[in-house]
Amino acid sequence: MTTRLYVPQDSGALSVGAERIAQAIGAEAARRGLDIEIVRNGSRGLYWLEPLVEVDTPAGRLAYGPVHTQDVRGLFDAGFLAGGAHPLAHGPTEAIPWLARQERLTFARVGITDPLSIADYRDHGGFAGLTRALGLTPPEVVREVTDSGLRGRGGAAFPTGIKWNTVLNASADRKYVVCNADEGDSGTFSDRMLMEGDPYYLIEGMAIAGVAVGATQGYIYLRSEYPHAHRVLNTAIERARAAGYLGPDVMGSGRAFELEVRLGAGAYVCGEETAMLESLEGKRGTVRAKPPLPAMSGLFGKPTVINNVMSLASVPVILARGAAFYRDYGMGRSRGTLPFQLAGNLKRPGLVEKAFGVTLAELLYDFGGGSASGRPIRAVQVGGPLGAYVPESRFDVPLDYEAYVAIGAMVGHGGLVAFDDTADMAKLARHAMAFCAVESCGKCTPCRIGSTRGVEVIDRIIAGTERGSNVALLNSLCDTMLNGSLCALGGMAPYPVQSALEHFPEDFGLDRGLARKTAA
Amino acid sequence: MSEVHSDPARARLARVRQLADAGRGMPGALLPLLHAVQDELGFIPEAAVPIIAETLDRSRAEVHGVISFYPHFRTAPPGRHVVQLCRAESCQAMGGVALEAHAKARLGIDYHQTTADGAVTLEPVYCLGNCACSPAIRVDDHILGRLDAERFDEVIDALRERAPA
Repeated sequence: MTTRLYVPQDSGALSVGAERIAQAIGAEAARRGLDIEIVRNGSRGLYWLEPLVEVDTPAGRLAYGPVHTQDVRGLFDAGFLAGGAHPLAHGPTEAIPWLARQERLTFARVGITDPLSIADYRDHGGFAGLTRALGLTPPEVVREVTDSGLRGRGGAAFPTGIKWNTVLNASADRKYVVCNADEGDSGTFSDRMLMEGDPYYLIEGMAIAGVAVGATQGYIYLRSEYPHAHRVLNTAIERARAAGYLGPDVMGSGRAFELEVRLGAGAYVCGEETAMLESLEGKRGTVRAKPPLPAMSGLFGKPTVINNVMSLASVPVILARGAAFYRDYGMGRSRGTLPFQLAGNLKRPGLVEKAFGVTLAELLYDFGGGSASGRPIRAVQVGGPLGAYVPESRFDVPLDYEAYVAIGAMVGHGGLVAFDDTADMAKLARHAMAFCAVESCGKCTPCRIGSTRGVEVIDRIIAGTERGSNVALLNSLCDTMLNGSLCALGGMAPYPVQSALEHFPEDFGLDRGLARKTAA
Repeated sequence: MSEVHSDPARARLARVRQLADAGRGMPGALLPLLHAVQDELGFIPEAAVPIIAETLDRSRAEVHGVISFYPHFRTAPPGRHVVQLCRAESCQAMGGVALEAHAKARLGIDYHQTTADGAVTLEPVYCLGNCACSPAIRVDDHILGRLDAERFDEVIDALRERAPA
């Protein structure tokens, strides 16, 4: 009898040796004359257990991890192919509390299936959303998305259905769907995981978007830092086309939808939607002034739906299960789930998909297990390099778009980077400004010049030069950048800077009173 | 590589011309073309600019402007291997800054430089999307996670042992 094992091919798992483990298991099984089949799945997202090996047994899939090459022989000796006890055993994967307590809608299949098997995808509910969408009229599809309450997962949280409706109602000879897969924020990796671990889900979401708004061409703008995702997507697109899910006649509906991956080239600002359009058109990635909105005049001047990977990968389940099913998750105006990404200094980092309303305290301690270093967690940057540093006193605020805005922070793409008490918050604030200076596209003055001046002012504060007036100057500069920049790069770089200053003034050599008094 | 021309520089430009011709008519062809050129040649030679400009009906200034805008594109040949160190926040939270200092000292070079033996070019990168296994580096097309100084040295030693491509 063949025993089936799962060893992830996700680039995070590969980065800690999953390829070597797969080879070692294969070699050891051959040496012992055991009949095994190794499926290369996506990652379950329990990165602290990667490389995580799963064995398919009559009792379900059992987890062993983190497995190193030197553990392989011992695992065979312990009879792990039949679920034998071993110090690295964690029992049934689905029962591991870290996973069992999640609410996985977007990540329902990631880590479970063979990412490139269309049959596997279909067997796990794949293409049910597209099938239903093709039986509805375009306005009905858009209404379903609108009613679900889905908001843009890339960070801006704009209602997806409203955006789609604008494109639907725009008349043009050609429309586009562009997927923003330029996941450049530190602490975010959910797009990568999904593209590597369940690429057909994104393809399905994009095909639904195309059907809904009448677009016949889609592009995935993928960052060049993701070579593995690039290979997986290209293969998946090829297979989906061969199977009739893409191409001139999507699932026999008579409707066309073509899809192509385009690579970025290391410019962070191309994650901004209009800079991304410029890049796709073969230009420097500089930001466009809005209006016109891309929904009216986007790629090559045509109406364009632009959505993040996570937004598009939320759509199939909404169509398959209905708007109400999705809307039932979440709180307030933040409906559905968000795949949170636990990163930085945490004991158990990885991907936690939960309904909105979960708190940082739950994510950092219940899931994350506290810091990896064992020291107290001092600050968490939420929502990427332009997100605010949240101090421990705010760890109980529910993760909800509006609740976060109310505390001067943002949920963004759901990336959390934890720092322990050795972090120098003044250096991190300086890093944010320096990052903005390097990555600025140069089009608007507040961002281009302001970020460079910002670094200089922070340097003067750290050096103790006229601290009071320089703090006032920094706050005034932040105000100019916040209100005067053309896009979120310059417009949000002040968030990490001012939150660090407000919550950790001692790191800047300031007493608490001074920082608060001069804060904007 | 099948070099039909005796002069490598001329052979490279002939290849650029082929790639550019293949990209003619593709919407937004410039970035895919630049990627194709760099993937094959390792860099984008200065002399490729007029060829690309002419084929895609763009000005040389535009093509130069695009190449120089994107950090990924290089106009000089790199070492045999490109090592990118992640400088983003998650890696910083897990000792990335110390690793950066170690890497520079160990290789004896700064960012955008190549070791004297031509083995390694060092580049900074902002996030490899491997934030749950920080700190991370990229060696050519492979991402490596949970790096420390010792493991970094092993990786570099292995690269140097490998025969030149």
